[in-house]
Amino acid sequence: MASEATSAARPGTVRRLAGALHRRPRLRLTLLLTAPLLWLAVLYLGSLAVLFASAFWTTDSFTSQVVKVWSTDNFHQLVTVPVFREVIVRSVGVALAVTVLCALIAFPVAFYTARVAPPRRRPLLVVAILTPLWASYLVKVYAWRLILSHGGLADWLLAPFGLSGPGFGLPATVLTLTYLWLPYMILPIHTALEQLPAQLLDASADLGARAGRTFRSVVLPMVLPSVAAGSVFTFSLSLGDYITVQIVGGKTQLIGNLVYSNIELNLPMAAALGTVPVVVIVVYLLAIRRTGALNSL
Amino acid sequence: MEGIAIRLQDLRKSFGGTTAVAGVDLEIRDGEFFSMLGPSGSGKTTVLRLVAGFETPDGGRIELAGQEVTGLAPFERDVHTVFQDYALFPHMTVEQNVAYALKIRKVPKARRLARAREALAEVRLEGYGGRRPAQLSGGQRQRVALARALVGRPRVLLLDEPLGALDLKLREQMQTELKAIQREVGITFVFVTHDQEEALTMSDRIAVFEQGRIAQVGTPAEIYERPATPFVASFVGTSNLLDGEVAHRVAGAPGTYNIRPEKIRVLKESAEADEPEHATVTGTVADAVYLGDTTRFLVDLDGGGRLTAVQQNLETSAEDVAAYRGSRVRLQWHRRHAVRLPS
Repeated sequence: MASEATSAARPGTVRRLAGALHRRPRLRLTLLLTAPLLWLAVLYLGSLAVLFASAFWTTDSFTSQVVKVWSTDNFHQLVTVPVFREVIVRSVGVALAVTVLCALIAFPVAFYTARVAPPRRRPLLVVAILTPLWASYLVKVYAWRLILSHGGLADWLLAPFGLSGPGFGLPATVLTLTYLWLPYMILPIHTALEQLPAQLLDASADLGARAGRTFRSVVLPMVLPSVAAGSVFTFSLSLGDYITVQIVGGKTQLIGNLVYSNIELNLPMAAALGTVPVVVIVVYLLAIRRTGALNSL
Repeated sequence: MEGIAIRLQDLRKSFGGTTAVAGVDLEIRDGEFFSMLGPSGSGKTTVLRLVAGFETPDGGRIELAGQEVTGLAPFERDVHTVFQDYALFPHMTVEQNVAYALKIRKVPKARRLARAREALAEVRLEGYGGRRPAQLSGGQRQRVALARALVGRPRVLLLDEPLGALDLKLREQMQTELKAIQREVGITFVFVTHDQEEALTMSDRIAVFEQGRIAQVGTPAEIYERPATPFVASFVGTSNLLDGEVAHRVAGAPGTYNIRPEKIRVLKESAEADEPEHATVTGTVADAVYLGDTTRFLVDLDGGGRLTAVQQNLETSAEDVAAYRGSRVRLQWHRRHAVRLPS
């Protein structure tokens, strides 16, 4: 009571300011959004624009100095030089493979955490799925290097079956990236399955559908947008990765590695290479948008 | 001789430690509009879910058309359900929703669509086939759910409080339509509701549920006029329960009696009982409430007890009603309307 009385009696500067702002919603919005919008425009979009522009420059082949002469040579090379073409196709292939694997593994896991596990245990399971995200990226990738190394855990586990681990290379890269990004796929699917009304499953069974039919006709179409949402993460994170492949990929090269190796000697070429994943992801997002997945992010 | 569509024998079900259904025996006839009426938690919806196969009973037996189905899965029973919040598939069009049961039975596409359109016509939704459920109003979704459940011509249609989410006007309209559709298609309807008026309006017979058991089964008139227990009397309609000394004095014999408020006439105190078969009692109006078409009187009887009486507002205005408060009146009813309840 006392504090109310004093604050009402003392129209301080803060109060007056708050009142003034309350009466001017546009001013309020401007103050609120200017800084983050500038950040987005200058740092994010601006740097992308610079990247794209510098891809059209060239390099002096003796001094490695950037020559600011307009040329489309770099993009021309991307499509004509076999190494570049191979690496681009391989990178997109890795990203797609990781995404498909993540989806295939995430679905049953999410089905268990969202619908099969006792409701009281579900939050714990979600925490368990998220926990690896707290661990350092490098630690996890080096752990996989140990697992996949010659005579490592993978070899040891597969030995009784007369098999050996995949060793370092493309499969190891896909495997490790799948492990790294799996939580980003499980979470949206978990949410979608958890929100799926049980009555819809009842209704489907009631109208004569067996479990398999209900899964195909009701569960899958309703969860698909969330799979697509998860794939946005797994796909773009895989496409941009170049460290994992250095650690477990053997001699395999992905776009990131080419950018990395070109950045000193031929910056414009690196920029042109860097544009590729941006374009691929924009195309991917536009394709995904049609499924309505962006609404379930 | 009518066949039996559903026979339940000593049906039992509990969830955790809570008993939902505590031994239900029931026979529902072919082509009947049968309502299961009761307050929430009385077990009526659980019985419906047991019949549909969404739950497995702890004990007892369920027969559909003479065949035992107790352990069968929902898709093995010739029963379809209209759910409380409709449970339409949001990613399908109205037509795909309605045709779903036929698609599962592998009915050829042309035939399937034709039957879906027929079913939509039955519920007066021609031309809505291409829409999504989200684009429909509550009443329209309700009809789609009905069409979807009817299209496969099940032996029994189960309806789980299907009108609960609709506003009053729409609900009254749907009550009439549901009844008309049921007469047209001739399928047994089992209708779960907590709304006694709804049950009275639509049903051929009603089962009143109380704490997991059936308190009474009968036609609407039997349930209303001859309630078997005080619970039924008070749950269905408004009731005046009289017992003990007051009952003895007012009704002339000991026991528990129920008198419906609309059977009681409110007269001036000076009025005399004109017929020997009329019972009469005097009292003071504790409250009179103007309800538009009727007025509800609460009357404290001389010598204890209180009765509610409802009168049509033939001549009465709201001002007259206010003047009634505190005044002396004589209540009068035909003796046969004081129904003795089995103790």
